[in-house]
Amino acid sequence: MTPSTALPERRSRSPQERLIDRLFVRTTLVLAVLTGVLLAFIILVIAWRSLPAVQAFGLNFITGSAWNPVPGREEFGVFPMLYGTLVSSIIALLIAVPLGLGTAIFLSEDFIPSQPRLVISFLVELLAAIPSVVYGLWGIFVLIPLIQPVARWLHANLGWIPLFGTEPVGPGMLPASLVLAIMILPIMTAIAKDSLAALPPELRQASMGLGATRWWTIFRVLIPAAISGIVGGTMLGLGRALGETMAATMLIGNANQFQWSLLAPANTIASLLANQFPEARGIQVSALMYAAVLLMLMTLIVNILAEVIVNRLKAKYE
Amino acid sequence: MTTATLNPQVAGLIKRPQLRNWVGWVMTGLVGLCALLTIIPLFAVLGFVLVRGISRFSLTLFTQLPPPPGLSGGGFGNAFIGTIIVVLLGTLISVPFGVLTAVYLSEFSSTKAQKEVARWVRFGINVLAGVPSIIAGVFAYGLFVTTGIFGYSAAAAGVALAVLMLPTIVRTTDEALKIVPQEVRWASVGLGASNYYTTLRVVLPAALPSILTGVILAMARAVGDTAALIFTALFSSFWPRGLLEPIATLSVLVYNFATVPFKPQQELAWAASFFLVMLILVASVASRLVIRRQPMR
Repeated sequence: MTPSTALPERRSRSPQERLIDRLFVRTTLVLAVLTGVLLAFIILVIAWRSLPAVQAFGLNFITGSAWNPVPGREEFGVFPMLYGTLVSSIIALLIAVPLGLGTAIFLSEDFIPSQPRLVISFLVELLAAIPSVVYGLWGIFVLIPLIQPVARWLHANLGWIPLFGTEPVGPGMLPASLVLAIMILPIMTAIAKDSLAALPPELRQASMGLGATRWWTIFRVLIPAAISGIVGGTMLGLGRALGETMAATMLIGNANQFQWSLLAPANTIASLLANQFPEARGIQVSALMYAAVLLMLMTLIVNILAEVIVNRLKAKYE
Repeated sequence: MTTATLNPQVAGLIKRPQLRNWVGWVMTGLVGLCALLTIIPLFAVLGFVLVRGISRFSLTLFTQLPPPPGLSGGGFGNAFIGTIIVVLLGTLISVPFGVLTAVYLSEFSSTKAQKEVARWVRFGINVLAGVPSIIAGVFAYGLFVTTGIFGYSAAAAGVALAVLMLPTIVRTTDEALKIVPQEVRWASVGLGASNYYTTLRVVLPAALPSILTGVILAMARAVGDTAALIFTALFSSFWPRGLLEPIATLSVLVYNFATVPFKPQQELAWAASFFLVMLILVASVASRLVIRRQPMR
């Protein structure tokens, strides 16, 4: 008996089968490319819709600080909102970077047993899962009343500094920045912790073996080695803070005017969009689209930088 | 014995590390404090949402419409259903795109040119993941509302949410497909199965639990998202009337009712927040448990 007779009938795939197969692979390719260029499409749509405002206001839009949607006397300048976006994000970073880095060190070293460390890491991640609108609600009813005495004290005693130069009214730059800081802490902590944990153990062993203390090792060996991950995580946090909408809208007071004081109501681009889009008409829509383009550009630059920096770290130790 | 024989200078050196011990303890205390400060807001937010949300919580919340300004009672039934509709729409749009994109990235990008395509697609996805949710809203608004294709509607909101969900779904599916052992594919192809059959009937089912986890995470994010909905779904005081009409959602309800001066509305906002947070926490914890149970990791 020859083996060939025992085998079932040999058959090659039918043309239909091959066609289906090829179509399937093609479909996945097309969808992948569509997904890949979605970002570009989003930019195009927003830029296209902003064209009338770009033509009407040009670069004065960025430097101007009047925002007047009254028909016939329209005037749009986004400088106070740009300032508010940048300043609220920078204050949030000033608070979140030390806290996040400290927490990351705490969680990547063996200060406490690994079980409670896992629990704390999980809790920090849960912090990221809470919707921003809930942070906004909490900020309005809990945080603002809570920091009101502090804000009053700052104004009464340090009022000569322009940053505290106005009577606190409740909503303003300060509460908004505080909530932004809380909201970007998880991502910054997680990335800093991961990049510290990803370092080869030899680095630590070598440093300790040469007689360095734990903290000397952390500051002079581990943090410098993980710096690109830490900076990358900070950039991602900055990207979040720049574009964060709900918490800012609900807490910053939405005042379209420039003020030095952190206790005064201000505005960010994201909260301008959230506030005005639902009722916008005519040229105001494209002015808002123009503002959205600016916000998009800022977050894109920050995110692409973060992506490049984090990838460089991966390449280094993999 | 040995210390007594030491040269006094050496003995002094051995005692000196006192200072650096102090520095170490202070630093350790500081980073411990950082960790504490980082998780305090979690408990502060959860605690308040729990206390203020649960007092208003009842089943009638899900069956009644929000009360008119100034009146008490009512519920957020329309927003509850609206959230389900909008999130399901987003899922229906983003899952096919996301899963098949990941299939291409992990299964069919083998030649050099294909790998280059995959690299760019992954880069685009990663950057897309960092796009603020309000930009997704502006995109859907610019594409559908200003052009008059949909107007303010559940459909426009679904597209905006799909944009936000897509990166999570692609990434988790990509990861899930990577951990399916290569032998599974070889076995399938060795038995004569085509790419199509291998992927749809062998590889994807093997990766299904992790893919579902990713989808649930993406849905959890979409449920809580507000910025993408404010000016796509808008809001409505009535029951949903169709996919092409403005629709109420829980997150927008929280936003709208948090800023009105009426107590009953504010209580509804807290109750809706409580429900949203519980939903999202359960989803995060459940997905984490699924991932941990994966035998292949």
